[in-house]
Amino acid sequence: MRVKVNGVEMDVMADTIAKLLKELDINPSRVVVEVNLEIVKRVHFDEYKIKEGDSIEIVNFVGGG
Amino acid sequence: MNIKLKKAILLKSSILLEEDKMTDPLIIKGIEFKSRLWVGTGKYKNFEETARAIEASGTDVVTVAVRRVNIIDRSQENLLDYIDPKKYKILPNTAGCYTVEDALRYARLAREAGVSDMIKLEVIGDEKTLFPDVCGLLKATEILAKEGFIVLPYTNDDPITAKRLVDAGAAAVMPLGAPIGSGLGIRNPYNIKIILETVDVPVIVDAGVGTASDVAIAMELGCDAVLVNTAIAGAKDPIMMAEALKHACIAGRLAYKAGRIPKKLYASASSPIEGMLI
Repeated sequence: MRVKVNGVEMDVMADTIAKLLKELDINPSRVVVEVNLEIVKRVHFDEYKIKEGDSIEIVNFVGGG
Repeated sequence: MNIKLKKAILLKSSILLEEDKMTDPLIIKGIEFKSRLWVGTGKYKNFEETARAIEASGTDVVTVAVRRVNIIDRSQENLLDYIDPKKYKILPNTAGCYTVEDALRYARLAREAGVSDMIKLEVIGDEKTLFPDVCGLLKATEILAKEGFIVLPYTNDDPITAKRLVDAGAAAVMPLGAPIGSGLGIRNPYNIKIILETVDVPVIVDAGVGTASDVAIAMELGCDAVLVNTAIAGAKDPIMMAEALKHACIAGRLAYKAGRIPKKLYASASSPIEGMLI
């Protein structure tokens, strides 16, 4: 399905957050995920279903002051 | 003085400094900070340099920013591979946010990472100066404090704003010494002094430090801590500068606690008049 991840439109096979992170080769323990401006708790990554057109943000900590 | 005695005294004084670090912690909402020098993790050449500079600074708290994961290039390493959250307290910021809504969003994302309830709250008002938008800052502080965040707002050096921020629930205030990354030092030490007298929460100078003397000045004024990023990361030798600032911070704190002499316009001789031949 077509979703937007970190501002990039892409086709993904995954239908859950956990699967999406695996598909994108991202370690789930280090990131925070937001779908359509709502934070998805890490414990819900396995069950949270993503839908066509969702806007997904995957963030982590980077160097900053 | 013989060398052995000199060495013994030096050893004793360094032990005292270490002891002082242990007995003079900064406590904010029950969180104990052993170091009063706080260090940012931006602008370093790489993560290895970041880790070495932090180690050399002796700090136990580092600031970080929240940004998108690079989903295209997955070879990039993670900052937390180099900075162990078990060893360092992580203080996320809301840098780059110009509205209350964005700052709230970033703060909530940062908390969800699960390493800290603290937030270094920035609501920026202007790109050129990066001065805070104090109206937005007050609003965001109030909302986040109600949500249980430990809010440490980056503010300007205005005592009235500092007081309002405390009333809004700030756990500490972080007045700027000068614009972020400017290295201009503590431009208005008198305002910082008034802030110290105005609020009953820790005061942490954030932004503007250029070199060791700036850290010492902030600490001599009585500030509870100083946060530094660019002065270390941008120095020719960041590791050496980190160590310099560590010593400056300890020196400034000790000087503050020791109580400096008042400034006077005229001389007062250090040697006695009594016993002179003339």
